[in-house]
Amino acid sequence: MSMIEQVENQFKTFQILSEDGKVVNEAAMPELSDEQLQELMTRMVYTRIWDQRAISLNRQGRLGFYAPVAGQEASMLGSQYALDKEDWILPGYRDIPQIVYHGLPLYQAFLYSRGHFQGGQIPEGVNVLMPQIIIGAQIIQAAGVGVGLKKKGKKNVALTYTGDGGASQGDFYEGINFAGAYGAQAIFIVQNNRFAISVPVEKQSAAKTIAQKAVAAGIEGIQVDGMDVLAVYAATKQARDRAINGDGPTLIETLTYRYGPHTMAGDDPTRYRTEDLDNEWTKKDPLVRFRKFLEEKGLWSEDQENKVVDQAKEDIKAAIKKADGAPKQKVTDLIGFMFEELPHNLKEQMEEYTAKESK
Amino acid sequence: MAQMTMIQAITDAMRTELKNNENVVVFGEDVGQNGGVFRATEGLQQEFGEDRVFDTPLAESGIGGLAIGLGLTGFRPVMEIQFFGFIFEVMDSVVAQAGRMRYRSGGAYHSPITIRSPFGGGVKTPELHADSLEGLVAQAPGVKVIIPSTPYDAKGLLISAIRDNDPVIYLEHMKLYRSFRGEVPEEEYTIEIGKADVKREGTDVSIITYGAMVHSSLKAAEELEKEGISAEVVDLRTVSPLDIDTIIASVEKTGRAIVVQEAQKQAGIAANVVAEINDRAILSLEAPVLRVTAPDTVFPFASAEDVWLPDYKDIVVKAKTVYNF
Repeated sequence: MSMIEQVENQFKTFQILSEDGKVVNEAAMPELSDEQLQELMTRMVYTRIWDQRAISLNRQGRLGFYAPVAGQEASMLGSQYALDKEDWILPGYRDIPQIVYHGLPLYQAFLYSRGHFQGGQIPEGVNVLMPQIIIGAQIIQAAGVGVGLKKKGKKNVALTYTGDGGASQGDFYEGINFAGAYGAQAIFIVQNNRFAISVPVEKQSAAKTIAQKAVAAGIEGIQVDGMDVLAVYAATKQARDRAINGDGPTLIETLTYRYGPHTMAGDDPTRYRTEDLDNEWTKKDPLVRFRKFLEEKGLWSEDQENKVVDQAKEDIKAAIKKADGAPKQKVTDLIGFMFEELPHNLKEQMEEYTAKESK
Repeated sequence: MAQMTMIQAITDAMRTELKNNENVVVFGEDVGQNGGVFRATEGLQQEFGEDRVFDTPLAESGIGGLAIGLGLTGFRPVMEIQFFGFIFEVMDSVVAQAGRMRYRSGGAYHSPITIRSPFGGGVKTPELHADSLEGLVAQAPGVKVIIPSTPYDAKGLLISAIRDNDPVIYLEHMKLYRSFRGEVPEEEYTIEIGKADVKREGTDVSIITYGAMVHSSLKAAEELEKEGISAEVVDLRTVSPLDIDTIIASVEKTGRAIVVQEAQKQAGIAANVVAEINDRAILSLEAPVLRVTAPDTVFPFASAEDVWLPDYKDIVVKAKTVYNF
């Protein structure tokens, strides 16, 4: 067997639930109560509705920048669910659901989408950063947070996300390598949805898995079925335990798919994705398989699902209304956020714009 | 008072802050056991331990990310970039990340990071070690840029930089590291960031400068004195933000000014100083404000430094041009 094959063989896809909702890996089954299982489903359904509403609100011009998430619910929410409240999340631009479930109010997520400073004003005690636009920057920063948590003796981790394209960045390698060298309490998740805008993952690298890139950093790597919420949860939970027990960082690749476009800024996936591929991944829908799993256990019903849908719609309406109520931004607001103490030039400009705004 | 070189003053400032605040951490390539390639961190790891003063993998971008992450978890990082020519690898962390942290979080987070880095010509370094790139970072909103020229300034300004709750880029001119000693108080003291210092008083022409050019300007001022021209030398000390008050007060007094930098004419911050003077003191000017700079080429091959770098003679010529305008 070639060296390359030998390496690839160590990164087989980890799965717990099959596409028809059957448990295929009983031994790896995470310990979750019935209520927790229902909560996971609730969050996934809620997020699917939120995604649909966000796309529609974006089309109406009531939201700005938005990167669709439908298809990635298991990958996003299963991983966040494995965290403690004190853990840190360093999200990419698509990873809004995770930071909302970690404590960022929904209306602030909408303000972030519109481009309003209140969107970034993370409430105290909610350990998340603002969505990172520079692909890869969150990876080196997560290594830093993971080192900081270790130095402070905290039993917490930094969790960060990027996409398949992001794994080609220098900062991706530097981040996982630094984390390995320092034993940082960090988890790196690559959500491989097979496309970086229009570029398929095969054009990013000759490596057959992204998980095996962990080898370059000398850290643990695992490839997970990213449409299987239980597998994503179990892998993240295990990585978290390892990190806080001093066994170092982990790279997790989740195999997932986005049903929608890259962003709402004019991307058209029909230019680069075939209908066959879309259909293949629709069969893997994380909601469908988890719904089947729960229904068989008698833990989920259509009635329950409808209630979640109604609740989501109601919450979104209220959040958009609250976002509408945010004050208009002034230049003096923006100047005020630059430094703790304004330097000379900004003091001068503050006076200038204060006068202008008072007219 | 002790007599110290600038590098000793820099080490002393870091030692002071490592003692004062347990959250201060110092890191970079070879800053630990080795004590830094210029001995700037000499003895610090031995004194404060590996947890406080440590080496990093060889990756500037990663160092920047490490600093930002440590800043978020309550530390006060003092990171070193071995030579400022390597800033390009970490430009995103410094300018686009740390420099924007407070703003993009509407004040929820901040980056209390000091970025130390040597630069400057005259010591025949290999490529991309000596380039003056302060102009690039001086253009970035959210960071402050300090360039000391004396041991005394170096210590007081570095302590201020480390205590500042926003990112500060602190550039150390390699030629000034050990070229002379100066009096430095042993106790802690600070120098306000954004405050220039009049290194020599004069009445006929203001020479506004920073870094190694402060010393060339002082030498030029002595030469000018012999010819009956009284030059005032203003050491900016902080190149972003500028100390407008000190600059303008000097120009209003002398009525003439030149701005002197080691960087190329299209780089550095001299054009910004000229613009500020034009905006605020044009009615005081007896002559245009001229610049002494390096030519607009890539930084010279080592053997060409002498003909390329601006020196005191260039300053004398330009000061006379302004004086006789």
